[in-house]
Amino acid sequence: MQFSSRQFADIVVATPIGRIDHSAASHLEQSLSPLVAQSAAGKTGVVLDFAGVDYISSVGLRVLMIAAKEMRGRGARIAVAALQPVVVEIFAISRFDRVLEVFPSVRDAVAEISTPALAAFDAAP
Amino acid sequence: MKRIRFWGTRGSLPVSLTAAGVRQKLVAALRGASGRTFGSDGEIDDYLDGLGIEVSGTYGGHSPCVEIETGGADYVVCDLGSGLRPFGQAAIARHGPGSPQTYHIFVSHVHWDHIMGLPFFTPAYIPGNRVRFYGCHPWLESALRRQQDNPSFPVDFSYLRADIEFVQLEPGKRYDIAGMSVTAKLQRHAGDSYGYRFEGGGRAVVYTTDSEHKLTDPTETASIVEFFRDADVVIFDAMYSLAEATTVKADWGHSSNVVGVELCQLADVRHLCLFHHEPANDDEAISRVLAETKRLEEITRTREPMQVSAAYDGMEIEL
Repeated sequence: MQFSSRQFADIVVATPIGRIDHSAASHLEQSLSPLVAQSAAGKTGVVLDFAGVDYISSVGLRVLMIAAKEMRGRGARIAVAALQPVVVEIFAISRFDRVLEVFPSVRDAVAEISTPALAAFDAAP
Repeated sequence: MKRIRFWGTRGSLPVSLTAAGVRQKLVAALRGASGRTFGSDGEIDDYLDGLGIEVSGTYGGHSPCVEIETGGADYVVCDLGSGLRPFGQAAIARHGPGSPQTYHIFVSHVHWDHIMGLPFFTPAYIPGNRVRFYGCHPWLESALRRQQDNPSFPVDFSYLRADIEFVQLEPGKRYDIAGMSVTAKLQRHAGDSYGYRFEGGGRAVVYTTDSEHKLTDPTETASIVEFFRDADVVIFDAMYSLAEATTVKADWGHSSNVVGVELCQLADVRHLCLFHHEPANDDEAISRVLAETKRLEEITRTREPMQVSAAYDGMEIEL
């Protein structure tokens, strides 16, 4: 699994790519952890761009839930966006679509969380 | 081993279909039959078979009790839930009360839903029968005796006149019992629970209920996968959705259909059987979970297809 991130005003868009299976879940956790800590402290937000994720295991979903708990507990928000059809089904079957904020696109997620971030996102090359 | 027969498949608490539930099924069946004619009982059966269990039947409501038919003379049962009562009645109906039988009963743990059937297990009251209780908890016998103590039940344990013996098993050790190889495994559950792997006649069955598989520790996950390895059937506690098991019901000691699929795929299991159904789920909800679990297996499959079923009271799986 590959991982990158980009800042848009007060929002971080994190982009994992590949399969988030049992072995990759710890990599996701390590990569996400500093972003979550930073965003939670600043009461801002993280958007996970899942366009490049073709599978996520229960352990990967658990990583997202732990991040969401930390973020919500400190008044910050985390959202997942642009899920591939298979991942949409995994979210539905696991009922994670009921406990995480899920958006059709990254732009939709950014727009929901922060107006300044949306402006920065739209202005980005 | 010849087959598995389910006498109780519900978790936590027995449930019963209500009058409103029966009526709802009748309405759905009659609506579906509107305009149709049936020339024979066979055509009616065909029609009903096409409706799905949530309309034409029910998953049932007895708490856990699963029989493993070994092909030998002795009976083998997992857990003493309320399904033990109809199991006992069926055994007596088959042999008559005067024909002594041997019952090997493996107990996952002594939470109420897994032992409540014993006071109603008629064969245990009949002299000449042999009942062997197997478990890893040192308090298995005291828990079963206490259940029938005053003021909880009017018939004391001492009225069980069968030849009764308690056998404490050690997790991880293989035992030869009733012509099978049996191994127990410690599971994550309040007060601990134990899963059982049965092997015999070239078949392997794993009974793993009341077990919370978090899969966060790779060593623990690998050990569960080895316990499940190449099993013909894994009877799996899929009481909650993964989201429930990860959030509000975390550490309640139960697993999900999603984790069941993952573990069984990793272990190359041939048949995943969803078990210990949430009592709040009606037949429609359980059928929906089953359909979704089949779909999950399909979209995440990397090897041979795995069969997925949801246990119901009265279901049989041929081995």
